[in-house]
Amino acid sequence: MKALKPRRFGWWYVAEWRLRGMRSYRWTILLMTLGNPVLYLAAMGIGLGALVRVDVAGVSYLHFVAPALLVSTTVAEGFNEASWPVMSGFRWQKFYLGMSATPLAPVQLAMGESVAVSLRLWVQSFTFWLIGLAFGAFDGLVSILIVPIAVGAAMATHAVVMAYVATIDNDVVMTFMYRMIMMPMFLFAGTFYPLETMPVFLQWIGWISPMWHGSQLARVVAIGLPEPGWLIACHVGFLAVWTIGGLLWARRTFTKRVVV
Amino acid sequence: MAVIEAKDLTKRFGEFTAVDGISFEVAPGESFGLLGPNGAGKSTTMRMIGGTGLRTSGSLSVLGMDPERQGPEVRASLGVVPQSDNLDTELLVRDNLIVYGRYFGLPMREVKAKTETLLEFAQLVEKANAKVDDLSGGMKRRLTIARALINDPSIILLDEPTTGLDPQARHILWDRLFRLKEQGVTLVVTTHFMDEAEQLCDRLVVMDQGRIVAEGSPAALIRQYSTREVTELRFGASRNEALLAELASLAVRAEALPDRVLLYSDDGEALLEEVNRRGLHPLTSLVRRSSLEDVFLRLTGRSLIE
Ligand SMILES: Nc1ncnc2c1ncn2[C@@H]1O[C@H](COP(=O)(O)OP(=O)(O)OP(=O)(O)O)[C@@H](O)[C@H]1O
Ligand SMILES: [Mg+2]
Repeated sequence: MKALKPRRFGWWYVAEWRLRGMRSYRWTILLMTLGNPVLYLAAMGIGLGALVRVDVAGVSYLHFVAPALLVSTTVAEGFNEASWPVMSGFRWQKFYLGMSATPLAPVQLAMGESVAVSLRLWVQSFTFWLIGLAFGAFDGLVSILIVPIAVGAAMATHAVVMAYVATIDNDVVMTFMYRMIMMPMFLFAGTFYPLETMPVFLQWIGWISPMWHGSQLARVVAIGLPEPGWLIACHVGFLAVWTIGGLLWARRTFTKRVVV
Repeated sequence: MAVIEAKDLTKRFGEFTAVDGISFEVAPGESFGLLGPNGAGKSTTMRMIGGTGLRTSGSLSVLGMDPERQGPEVRASLGVVPQSDNLDTELLVRDNLIVYGRYFGLPMREVKAKTETLLEFAQLVEKANAKVDDLSGGMKRRLTIARALINDPSIILLDEPTTGLDPQARHILWDRLFRLKEQGVTLVVTTHFMDEAEQLCDRLVVMDQGRIVAEGSPAALIRQYSTREVTELRFGASRNEALLAELASLAVRAEALPDRVLLYSDDGEALLEEVNRRGLHPLTSLVRRSSLEDVFLRLTGRSLIE
């Protein structure tokens, strides 16, 4: 038997498996997909927005925060999907080890993960955008560009986290990652207020996090945030480097874990 | 031509040598066993055959290919039953088979048809829509074995296939494996169970500490390394050792285990009569035919099941 098809399409078979597995937590996914935008937009945009009467970056607080909320919640989900499921595949249920006994190559496991998660996140962020429109948080059809930006930022995060999780052997590290990386990124990477309002010695948290780069890009397309061209190129470049670098790194770490 | 050919195959983990220069060949359609105690290097050898373990030195060819370089091609013709089940417990029983078939690039329609056949094969039809978590240990094992057959492999690697199965399920599985063998499938089996090795294997190698210590058919190995019959005697822990010298003089060979003495001879009953005639009166006695267990004890000085 030849392995032509698995060699070419193995990544898609893995994605198929992963999407099928998501069925088992489909209610959680649905709840997140619908609940996240409603709750965040209501609490931050309308609730907090009622207090923040001044314009931020030249627009209402709701308009300022909504694009970044879309990006942040998508990135957070990319982070989630790269952590526990990947840990489980290598360590708890070890289903990656079962898959490695088939024609699939380790890099295809990582690619399949990436593809399936991105499909899920397209749906999630598009739904967020629709709900945001209903809330009056986004103006104009051009704001739909936030969706690919959010997915891009999420996949950059996903790739790097997935590669790293393939190297670790205990859940303490993972809990630590949530507390020390995910939470600070959410709070300090310019989602709720401009990064510049923070002291300079904290601003690096934004600079190194895909969340901030994604949020800034989202604001450029949604509210016309005046970023200089070189900075826009920086944002895009950062996300591209993280995605490609992450996947290359994942190829190494997945292979090391599967082939001993 | 051999379907598997290993020459001086060696695997080290750091300083530790898990597989120490073993050589063997497996002919097409043959049923080949790797027998040995915990840590002998059986699973490590299996992983190298599937290309998921890298060898340190030596050469290995599977279906004429190098599993390290042509892993996907080799594995396309391989069915692998790993020592511990690695099913996806979040999927239904049926879906576990379907997704696995897809990994081989089989069209969905074919995979679905094959899945139903295999569910029957594994006697899991009623459980097809259950979650894997709800299966018993034995059922999971059967599902893992069924999964390994989804690509109609020409070689099946079974790493302790019947561990955790009840005797009835074991016999059914052996029967199924026989049928596959009749269809020309090559089997490579590791096991701790002597009866399993005797039932399943045309030929086997006994491994210990990464080395092959003997090779042959079960019958030939027994003939070569043991006598026809064994008389097992229990005198109670304190007397076993004390009587060993006298008992040994009656038999071809004697072994004292912590709880019993084994006397090897070609006529076990006659030997037992002689023991009784001398007034040694064991607490219990048993005469049986030699098995691979005895071969192993002879070769390594240890029992196989620890
Ligand atoms: N990834 C690894 N890293 C370090 N040592 C390993 C690794 N895998 C196996 N070993 C060691 O190699 C030796 C052989 O292991 P292996 O799993 O091949 O034994 P086995 O014959 O299958 O034993 P068992 O009957 O218990 O399954 C053992 O001493 C084991 O500790
Ligand atoms: Mg083993």
